[in-house]
Parts: sequence; structure tokens; C-alpha cells
Amino acid sequence: MKEQLVVIGNGMAGMRSVEELLKVSADQYEITVIGDEPHPNYNRIMLSPLLAGEKVFDEIIINSPEWYVENDIQLLSGTAATSIHRGRREVSLADGRTISYDRLLMATGSHPFILPVPGNDLQGVVGFRTLEDVETMVEAAKSQTHAVVIGGGLLGLEAANGLHKQGMSVTVVHIGSVMMNQQLDEAASMLLKRKLEEDGLHFLLEAETEAILGSERVEGVRFKDGLEIPADLVVMAVGIRPSIQLAEASGLYCNRGIVVSDTMQTYDPKIYAVGECVEHRGTTYGLVAPLFEQAKVVANHLASFGFGIYNGSVTSTKLKVTGVDLFSAGTFHEQEHDDVLLLQDANRGVYKKIVLSNNRIKGAVLYGDTLDGARYFQMMRDQTDISESRDTLLFGQANLGDSGHGALQVMNLPDSAEVCGCNGVCKGDITKAINKNSLFTLDEVRSHTKASASCGSCTALVQQILASTVGEGYAETPAKKPLCGCTTYSHSEIRRAIVDNRLKSHQALYQFLEWAQTDGCHTCRPAINYYLLCAWPGEYDDPQSRYINERAHGNIQKDGSYSVVPRMWGGMTTPDELRAIADVADKFEVPEIKVTGGQRIDLFGVAKENLPALWSDLNQAGFVSGHAYGKAMRTVKTCVGSQWCRFGTQNSTALGIKLEELTWGSWMPHKFKLAVSACPRNCAEATIKDFGVVCVESGYELHIGGNGGIKVRVTDLLTKVSREEEVLEYCAAFTQFYREDAHYLERTAPWVERIGLQQIKNVVKDESTRKRYAERFYHSQQSAQIDPWMERSQQGVAEHEFTPIATING
Amino acid sequence: MSQKRIEIGTRSEIPMLGSRIVKSDEGDIAIFRTSQDTFFAVRDSCPHRQGPLSQGIVHGDRVTCPLHNWVIDLQSGEATGPDAGCTPTYQIEQEGERLYLTVASHTLQG
Ligand code: SRM
Ligand SMILES: Cc1cc2nc3c(=O)[nH]c(=O)nc-3n(C[C@H](O)[C@H](O)[C@H](O)COP(=O)(O)OP(=O)(O)OC[C@H]3O[C@@H](n4cnc5c(N)ncnc54)[C@H](O)[C@@H]3O)c2cc1C
Ligand code: SF4
Ligand code: FES
Repeated sequence: MKEQLVVIGNGMAGMRSVEELLKVSADQYEITVIGDEPHPNYNRIMLSPLLAGEKVFDEIIINSPEWYVENDIQLLSGTAATSIHRGRREVSLADGRTISYDRLLMATGSHPFILPVPGNDLQGVVGFRTLEDVETMVEAAKSQTHAVVIGGGLLGLEAANGLHKQGMSVTVVHIGSVMMNQQLDEAASMLLKRKLEEDGLHFLLEAETEAILGSERVEGVRFKDGLEIPADLVVMAVGIRPSIQLAEASGLYCNRGIVVSDTMQTYDPKIYAVGECVEHRGTTYGLVAPLFEQAKVVANHLASFGFGIYNGSVTSTKLKVTGVDLFSAGTFHEQEHDDVLLLQDANRGVYKKIVLSNNRIKGAVLYGDTLDGARYFQMMRDQTDISESRDTLLFGQANLGDSGHGALQVMNLPDSAEVCGCNGVCKGDITKAINKNSLFTLDEVRSHTKASASCGSCTALVQQILASTVGEGYAETPAKKPLCGCTTYSHSEIRRAIVDNRLKSHQALYQFLEWAQTDGCHTCRPAINYYLLCAWPGEYDDPQSRYINERAHGNIQKDGSYSVVPRMWGGMTTPDELRAIADVADKFEVPEIKVTGGQRIDLFGVAKENLPALWSDLNQAGFVSGHAYGKAMRTVKTCVGSQWCRFGTQNSTALGIKLEELTWGSWMPHKFKLAVSACPRNCAEATIKDFGVVCVESGYELHIGGNGGIKVRVTDLLTKVSREEEVLEYCAAFTQFYREDAHYLERTAPWVERIGLQQIKNVVKDESTRKRYAERFYHSQQSAQIDPWMERSQQGVAEHEFTPIATING
Repeated sequence: MSQKRIEIGTRSEIPMLGSRIVKSDEGDIAIFRTSQDTFFAVRDSCPHRQGPLSQGIVHGDRVTCPLHNWVIDLQSGEATGPDAGCTPTYQIEQEGERLYLTVASHTLQG
């Protein structure tokens, strides 16, 4: 029979320990988890965004009920462990059961400290710790007005922010004069207070609560100085206390917390403890990063490896209030022989303070600009000698040429720099995962590495690493990188093989290049589909190899519905068109309509079955698909131009429409956007488009390779021409060269950087080459410019895509 | 709980490397057809965030979820690779051209 492991506490530390244990030794124990909360394990940190209405409960579940079943873990939730008989090795539960153990893991967390004042048990007085607490607060916010949060620490401020977002008028009461005094010095605290006051919160500093007033429900709060304020809800956020009653009652040695050794063992060798309930080397922790480190160590010992040692943790904090950028780590109150570096820019709302001792960082407080937080934290933990960089340390490394993304800075971080404090993920882990598994999205990085998957405050940093890693990959080794795991051939080699050997289907290519998988995979199939249809226009297109958006001709949304963006030529519209859109929206009960950044209108939340009928109505009104969903030509943005604008030099809207008529419907390696501005003021932002036109008195400047989005790149000037016809021909030729040469998912910006502007000029500026490329584009457009919405709504194309095969209820 | 076997249509109604949905009281069931002409039936809901698997790209005996690219094994319903999670599967049989799906019979009362 397997050994019995019993875990008391179905919370973050307990379950992380179990996960770590399953990773290293899956079959060793029969595991039982006892949790008094009637839920699966959820991400407690996310209670703040949950309260603020930025998340829903489902999104913050870490281990779903199915997870316990799949891993053969018995979960007893909604019942507390009431006593431990260490002699008999048994745990008794509130519901009367007893469970025996060979090893016991205590992970009981902590509970809010409730001030011992009269009235603290009235209805409407809550802590901020559990889902129930949040539900009570949200419920109160529906019918009540005044909330008082006692405690101006991290939790208190997050509670206050959430309640304010729920519509309550909130006063934060703090006993000292400095809010978040555990994390902030006075100056940073003042900046924070000012910002939160601007947002609408009220503060009462140096106020000592004397009593909570009311008969059954709370009605107000009275302070030592006699002041009384009204309150319908009181949140106690004055601190937490490790939950040690159970351990103490069973005779385990406890101080502030359950005392554990460096192996997370209590004084009873059969019993381990992790999380906020423990005291290790005299310290208790209230953040998840240390708990996750402890979880690794305890798993190591439960698996009988016997070498994991927990040395204690250095922690850093961020405040999870949207719009507030705040970071703090280490000791930020200087002592006698310490040095302080200080930067204060009240106008910009930026404050940075670094405390140095012997040229090593002891602590840091950053407000308003926290990009360098991770770097300082790393230096602090490594005890890096900073005498060399001392002059510039405070100014950070954010690099302007990068539109403030700080990619350069990220590149300078060593691989060992910790990026995600919650999950202990270093930069090297992230870049390795990105490269090894060809990751492209934040979600992918999260699922592979867990970086930014807990509190999320390092999301921006992870994104930067993603951007700089993927960007690097494009630039450095484009030719040598295999397209995906199914092949050793690169994009360029595959493109050449298709044309040279007249390969005209996926299967033909797979055979020719000896593909590893019969059907390829989700990475290569869409790429090859594009290469084939670009090489053989009108002859080949496999819908099953397209990403769903291009198959359903709409953008899939997170709830499985679709969005619909009809084309609005050059951003122009008419009363009739607007009426038709309004009618469609009414008829199909479209839940949300938005004007897009591409100068047209997006209808959100359309059920897939309804798409053909809705498109049919749009077609009747003269609309065609806007291809907002495709690796395709998207939009042509225009400014008003010489028709109306006092500065306009040319008719930018008319030219925009002509360009859109020329290019619409075209499939591309990546999305492709155009714009026409009628003067250098450039209101249509033509210089961050794939193809942009800036009109001047004497003609048209043609710009290429611009990109907004993740990494902003300003266009290169290709040439200047004097007539509209030339603009159109250059555009066609440039577009076709890109279509035939770029790698799938390579936008014009990285493409231009890879092959160089000169090569593009060679192709497009030479008249005969230009004409050949343009000719091929016109040819390809003949089969591309058939409205996919019309084909599907009126000609019965791909009917199966939009209808269920059967309905089987009674 | 008793089971019921229902005819849902013919093989050719599902595109190769594609999927169609059967609507049922317990939610949508996605029927997949692979390039080897094998059929699979799984709940149309990704174990990650309930993405509609029927909308994904099918390759081998797997489908890639359209929302965040989890790859789900159609035989077992399990997520593959670094991801963990499982979606329920159903029995599907071919008889000549016809396809039969087996579901718990309470699905039929409604
Ligand atoms: C609807 C819209 C936002 C809005 O409401 O304004 C939008 C919505 C999306 N954008 Fe965008 N982008 C929209 C304008 C833009 C713009 C502004 C513009 O075009 O002037 C940009 C920056 C300019 C640029 O592209 O250079 C933009 C840069 C991105 C990027 C980053 C691209 C890059 O190269 O860095 C992505 C991600 C991607 O493509 O991989 C993206 C992706 C998306 C996706 C497709 C995300 C997704 O995969 O679901 C969104 C689809 C929503 C939907 O279901 O419709 N969207 N997106 C805009 C649609 C314009 C249109 O009419 O077609
Ligand atoms: C609103 C909020 C925001 C936070 N934000 C952050 C943040 O941004 N960053 C950060 O690092 N940390 C944050 N924290 C702290 C973080 O959530 C905790 O450090 C972490 O949850 C502690 O994990 P734990 O397993 O020790 O305790 P818990 O997650 O509380 O788990 C303990 C579990 O044991 C159960 N239990 C206790 N006694 C018994 C018993 N006798 N029988 C059965 N079950 C029992 C409890 O009900 C609980 O479910 C935040 C906390 C809150 C409340
Ligand atoms: S910026 Fe674009 S991709 Fe990001 S959320 Fe907005 S619409 Fe979506
Ligand atoms: S919902 Fe399927 S991968 Fe996220």
C-alpha cells in the first residue's frame, strides 16, 4: 500500500507543494487534501482584481476540481481539520471523519487580524482574505454607499481601490502618517496618496479606531479623537496572523508561526509545514514568492531526495492597482553609513530611491517608473558592486528608440535575472522556452514557464523579453531557422522548393521535402497554405489549413463568438451605410459596436451560425468583408485631405480609396496596412504603416516598412513620385515583392530590416522589374477579389462551417 | 446511467481535417475527421479556457485550440506538451457511410 500524505490547507502554498511533489515523484503517495474553504484552490492574489471587477472567479482558479480527480487526489473541501493526534497519526475533521497519515503537511495560511474594538463583530465588518470576503464586499457595494477600510497597507489599498471601482465612496483609515509604511518611504507614499486621491479615494491618516458603531449592522466608525464617520461596510486590513491554532493544540512547537527547520520540517519529523503559517529562522512571510520556494524544498523532502534547503527569501512588492506603478524591495530607510541615490520629479510623478551600503544595493523604492525594478532587485540579491555604474544607475536603461519598451534594457539583463518573483522564473528560462518551443504569445510563455501567471505584475517585462527574443530571432538567423518541428527546411528553402518544383499542394510538398508528420502541424500548415496560394493564385487554397479566423472570415473572441468588420473604403462612409450597419446591429442583437483604430466599425459578439445571414444583409447594403481577421491587406487609413483641410495638398481620401480598391482581398505573409496623409502633418499616421503615402505639393512620398503595434518602427522613404498612377503601380509592385519574399508571419518592418532597403529599391525602382511585379499582383488579385462573405452567404460556399451537423436533444 | 446511440449524419458531411458540431443538452460535441479518415468525438470545450476545439486546426490525431494553441489529443481528450487538462470524449462509430454517436441517455430528455 502507498504511504498516506495528508495536506491541511487547500491554498496556494499547500497545492504548490503538491504540484511540485507530483512533478518529482508522482506515484509515491496516496494524497488527501483537507480545505475548509468550499472551493477548489484559487489564486488568492487575484482577489484584488476580482474585487475591482477586472477578473471573474473562473479565471483565478488554479486547480480545478477535475485536476484533483485526474491526479488521484482526494479533496475534502468545505470542512476544517479540528485536531491532530500525533501519537496515532490521525487528523479529525469537523464533519466527524478521521484520517490517518504517514506524512502530514500543514499549510493553513493566515487570517486577518481583527482589531479588538467594540462592534468588531457587527454585520458588515469583514477581512480581506477569502472569496467569501470579496462576495460580501461586492454584495454590499450593490446597495450601500460608504466603505471604510482600516489599514493603509498593500491589502487595504487594494481593497479600497476595488470597492471604489464597485461604486462605493471609500475612506482609508491609517494609524500612522505614512501609508504602506512596510514598503514605502514618506515621499513615495505621499505621491501614491496624491494619485489615489485624484482617483477619488479619501484618506484619514494618524487616526486610531476606537469603536465600530451600529446595533446589528455597522453604521459608522469612531476614532480616539472623537471623530465619527458613517460606514455601511468596514474592511479590516490591519495585518495578518499565521493560522497556528491547530498546530499549537496538537503540541507542535510554535512561536509567531509553526517553527520549521531548513527542510520545512516541524519539531515532529512526520509533520512538515509551508506557507504563511510557518516561521523559518525567525521570519514569517506574507507573499507568495517565498512560499513557492518553500514548496520546492518540501516536495524534495517528501519525495525522500533529502537535499533541498530553504535559506529564507528576499522579497519585493508591487501594488496591484491599475494605473499605479510602484515597486519596493529590501530596506529603504537608510542607516548611518548608508548612501542614498535619489531622483524626484514631482511633475512627471516619478520618484526613485536606492539605498546603498558599501556600493551594494540594500533596498529600492520606485514610483511612477518601475521598469528598472527587476534589475535593481537582481543586483540587490546578487550583492553586485555598483561603483562602476553608480553615476547612471538611477536613470535606468530604458531606450527611447524603442518607443519606451526598453527592449535594450531587457537584453542587458543576465540570464540569471529573476523576472517573475512569484514563480521564481529567470530571464534565461523564458528565452530558452521561447526559442525551443517557438512561442509567440504571452499566453504561450505563461503556460510553458508560469512567468507572470500569478500576480501578473511582471507581465510587461515578460512581454518585452518576448518581443526582444522573437525580434532577435527574425534578425539574426532567419535563413537557418527551420519553419517548425516537422521539417529541417527554412521558410526561404520551402518557398523556393514550391516554385522550382511546381509543388501544388500540402501533400506534394510534404512528400517532396520528407515532412516528419503526415498532416504537418498548426505552425506549418497555415504558412505553407499561404506560400502555395501566393505561388499558384487561383489554383490552390486549403481552408482546413487556415487559422479559424480566416476560415470563418471573422475574428474569434474569447467566448467563441465572432466579430464582423465591414470594409469602409478609405475610412469614408455615408448615412445609408451607417443606417445599414445600425439595422444589422438591431436585427442580430449585436451586443457591442466599436469604432476601430483602422477607421471602420466593428460589430462584436456575433454567433457563428448567424454570420452568413448578417453578411448577406451587409452585402445588400454594398459592403464587403474588411479582412480584419486575416493575414491580409487590412485597411487604408486616410486623413480628410485637400477636400476640406486648409493644409491638404492632395486628395488623400480619393487616393486612399483607389489604393484600397487595388489591394483589398489580398492574402499576405502578415497583416498589411496602408495610409495616405495629405500633408506632412501626417494625420493618417502613414509613417508607421506597411505602405504609407505622405502627399506634398509636388507629389507623393512613398514610405514602407512601418509598424505600430508591439515594436514601433518608422517607415523608410522608398521614393517620391508625382502622379497617382505611379503611386498605385509602386504599391502593387512593392506589395507583390513582399508577398513573394517574406516569411510567413514576418511583417514588412522585420522583413525590410532583414533584406535591406536597397534590395527593395532595386526591385521597385527599376521600371521593367516594377512592371513585372505589379503585373503578377494584378493577376493574383483577379482570384482574390471575390468577397468571401458573399460567397458564403449567397453561393453556399463552406456551408458546413456555419451549421451543426446534428442537434440531439429531445 | 444508460447510454444511447444516435445517428448524427454521414461521413462526407465532415470535411477531412475538419470538424462539425453536434448540439446537445450537455453542450456542443465536436466531431472530428482526420486525414486517415478516423473520427473522434469530444466535448467542444478546451480544458484551458473553454475555447471551441471544433474551430481548431486538426493534425494527426490532435487538434490545436484556436484561442491559445493548446494541443489536445482527440483519442484521450488530454492536453499534450507542457499543458495539463482533459476534455470529455465520446464514443463514435461508423457503419458504412453513417456515423453514430453514443451519449448518456439523459441528454435526450429535454
Ligand atoms: C479592432 C482593432 C482594435 C480597435 O478596436 O481599434 C484591433 C483588434 C485586434 N488587433 Fe489590432 N486592432 C486594430 C487596430 C490595430 C492597430 C492600429 C492601426 O491599424 O492603425 C495596430 C497598430 C498598427 C500596426 O499594426 O502596425 C494594431 C496592432 C496589432 C498587433 C501588433 C502587430 C504588430 O505587428 O506588432 C496585433 C497582434 C498580431 O497581429 O499578431 C493585433 C491584433 C489584434 C487582434 C486580431 C487580436 C486577436 O488576435 O484577437 C484584435 C482582434 C479584435 C477583433 O476580434 O476584432 N493588432 N491593431 C483595430 C482594428 C482595425 C481595423 O479596422 O481592422
Ligand atoms: C487580497 C490579497 C492580495 C494579495 N496580493 C498579493 C500579491 O500581490 N503578491 C503576493 O506575493 N502575495 C499577495 N497576497 C498574499 C498571498 O495570497 C498569500 O501569501 C498566499 O495565499 C499564502 O498561501 P498559503 O497557502 O500560506 O495560505 P492560503 O492561500 O491562505 O491557504 C491556506 C488555506 O488553508 C485553509 N485552512 C486553514 N486552516 C485550516 C484547517 N484547520 N482545516 C482546513 N483548512 C484550513 C484556509 O482556509 C486556506 O484555504 C495577497 C493576499 C490577499 C488576501
Ligand atoms: S490593443 Fe489590440 S490586441 Fe490589444 S486588447 Fe486592444 S484590440 Fe486587442
Ligand atoms: S481555451 Fe483552449 S488554449 Fe486557451
